[in-house]
Amino acid sequence: MRGVILILAAWLGAAYAAPVPDTLARRLAPCLSCHGNTPAPAAGGPRDERRGDDRRYFPRIAGKPAGYLYNQLQNFRAGRRQYPLMTWMVTPLSDEYLHEIADYFAAEHLPAPVLDRATLPAAELQRGRELVTRGDTRLRVPACIACHGERLTGALPAVPGLAGLPRDYINAQFGAWRNGTRRAHAPDCMGTIAGRLSLSDVSAISAWLASEPLPADPKPAPEVTRPLPLACGSIPGGT
Amino acid sequence: MTSRLRFVWAVPAVLLAAALVIAALAWPRAQMLPSASPSAWAASADNIARGAYLAQAGDCMGCHTARGGQAWGGGRVLDTPFGRLVSPNITPDRETGIGAWSADDFWNALHNGVSRDGRLLYPAFPYPNYTKVTRADADALYAYLRSLPAQRQPRQPHALDFPYNMQPALAAWRLLYFKPGTHAPAPARGEAWNRGAYLVEGLGHCGACHSARNSLGASASGLSGGLLATSGWYAPALTADSEAGLGDWHDAEVVQLLRTGIAPRGAVFGPMAEVVSQSLQHLSEPDLAAMAVYLKSLSVPADPRARAAPPSEAVMKLGAKLYADHCADCHGKDGRGAGGAYPPLAGNRALTMEAPVNAIRIVLNGGFPPSTAGNPRPYGMPPYSPVLNDEEVAAVVSYVRASWGNAARAVTQAEVNGYRAVPLE
Repeated sequence: MRGVILILAAWLGAAYAAPVPDTLARRLAPCLSCHGNTPAPAAGGPRDERRGDDRRYFPRIAGKPAGYLYNQLQNFRAGRRQYPLMTWMVTPLSDEYLHEIADYFAAEHLPAPVLDRATLPAAELQRGRELVTRGDTRLRVPACIACHGERLTGALPAVPGLAGLPRDYINAQFGAWRNGTRRAHAPDCMGTIAGRLSLSDVSAISAWLASEPLPADPKPAPEVTRPLPLACGSIPGGT
Repeated sequence: MTSRLRFVWAVPAVLLAAALVIAALAWPRAQMLPSASPSAWAASADNIARGAYLAQAGDCMGCHTARGGQAWGGGRVLDTPFGRLVSPNITPDRETGIGAWSADDFWNALHNGVSRDGRLLYPAFPYPNYTKVTRADADALYAYLRSLPAQRQPRQPHALDFPYNMQPALAAWRLLYFKPGTHAPAPARGEAWNRGAYLVEGLGHCGACHSARNSLGASASGLSGGLLATSGWYAPALTADSEAGLGDWHDAEVVQLLRTGIAPRGAVFGPMAEVVSQSLQHLSEPDLAAMAVYLKSLSVPADPRARAAPPSEAVMKLGAKLYADHCADCHGKDGRGAGGAYPPLAGNRALTMEAPVNAIRIVLNGGFPPSTAGNPRPYGMPPYSPVLNDEEVAAVVSYVRASWGNAARAVTQAEVNGYRAVPLE
C-alpha cells in the first residue's frame, strides 16, 4: 500500500513538478513582452520591420503613478486610446484586477531602457528644452515640468513621468491627441496642449525629452504642483 | 392552336399559383401569445431581478453597449458580409430607446423579429434563437429593461449593401429561414436536458457563432461550428469531440469552464472570453449544469484514426527550439500545462482543430482569460506578434499541433500572416 502511495506521489510530483507562483509578477509576465527591460535593438541599428519588432516604441510603465496607469488601462478598454493589442489584452479584465495591475507596475522600478538618441540640430534641441522647462506663453503652452515634475519623473497620483520615453512614442501620442484618437477624461488637458503646438515644436520636445537620461531615482514627485496650469480631468481635483 | 396556346399559358400560371401557395404556407406568421396577466411584466422587484438574470443569460448587453459607451445605449457596430449594422438603444428613453414599447411590442420583437413600427428586424438580433423564449421570460426581460435609467442616445443608421437594405429582401429571407415557435420540451430527455436546451438554443443563442452561416447569413441547424465572418475567429463545433464537443468531459468541468473561464482541459479566449465574462459566469450552478447536460448530449466522439501527416523535420526542429525558448516555461516541456494557470497543450482541441486560426491568434495576440469570480486574476499569455516572425509562428504552432499525441496538419506562413492584426469586434 505504501508503495502505491509513493508511486502515486511520485507521479503527482512529476505532473505538478513546479507549482505556478501565485504572484502578480508571474500573472503579468505577458506585459513584459513589450514593456520589459530587455535591451532595445542597438541604436541606429537595422530595424526588423517584418517582425514589427520595435522595442524602441513601447513606453516604459514601471514606476509611473498608479493613478495614471489605471486611467490608461481604462482608456484602452473603453476605446479612448487606440492600440488594438492593448485593448485586446485588457478587455476581459475586471476593474479590480486593473487596479492591482496599475499598483503593481507603479511599485516596480526596472532599470531604465536604452533609448535612441535624437540627432537634431542644436537650435531645435534648445527649442525643445525651452518648451519642456519654460513653456511658451505666446502659444499658451505651459512648461511640461509644471505638471510632470521638476525632474520629469511624473507626480502622484496620476501624472506620468516623461523621462525615459522613446521619441517615437512621444511623437505618436501628440499625433493621437491632435487626431482625437487618444482621449482622456474631460477636460482633456493634453489634447488642448497638443492642439496648440506645431509639428516642429512636437518634434523638438520629443527629441529633447528622449535625449535626457532618466534620473538615478526615477520616483514620481509626491504631489503635483497646484494650481494646475490647465484643468485636467485625469487628475483627482484637477478641474 | 387556341388550346395549345392556352396550355402554354397554363404552365407558368399553375407554377406561379403553386409558388404563391407554398409561400403562403411557409410565410412566418407572427405568433401573439398573450401575457399570463399584466403582473407578468409589472415593475416588481421579483420580475426585475428575474429579467436581469435572463438578460445576462442572453448577453443582451454585449451587443447593446458600445465599447466605452453608455450601458444599454446601443451603438455597437457589427460588421457583416452584408454591410454594417449598429445595435439600437434599448433603455426606456421614449424617443431614442424603447420607452414607448408595450410588453406585447417587446414580445413581438423577441418572438417574431418585428419592430414596434412593423419593420422586419435583421437576424443579427438573434430572434431565430430568441423566438424560443417563453412569454413569461420575455415579460420579465421587459420589466427589467424598463427599470434601467433612460439614456438619450439616437439610433445610428445601419449601412447595409443593396439589396440587403431592402425590407422585401428581409421578408424573403424570413420565408426561407425563419419560423416563430417556442421551445418544444422533450419530456423523455428529463428536466435538466430541457432546461439546457432552452438556454443554449434560446436566450444563450450559442448557434449565432457556433453554427456556420450560409451565403445569406442564415445559421445552419445544430452547433456544428462556424467561422466568424469578419473577425475570423473560429467558433468550434459543439457537436464533435474533435473540436469543442463536451461528450467526454465531466459535467463539473463543463460548469467550471463556463463559470470561471478555465478548466483542467482548456481555457476560453477571444469572443468566448467575453461571453463568459459578461454572461455565463453570472448564471446559476443548476442552469450551467443543465447546459452541460444538453451540450454533452450533442457531441459525437472523435475518430482516433484522424491523424494528419506530420510537419517536415525542419519545421519540427525549429518549432521545438522555439517551444523550449518561449512556451515550455508555462505550458511545460511535455505540453501538460500547469493546473489552474496554464492550459495543457497535449490533447487541447483548441489547438488541434482543422481550422488553425484560433491557435495562430493565441500565439500572435496572447491575452488573458476573463476575470471571473472564480478566477479573478487570470494568468496571461504574452503576445508573440512583436517577437516572432511568420515562419517562426508557423513552426511553433505546427510543432504543438503535432506533438505529445496531437496529430493536426502543419500551418503555413501565409496562414499566420493573415492574422497579424488584432480584431476587436
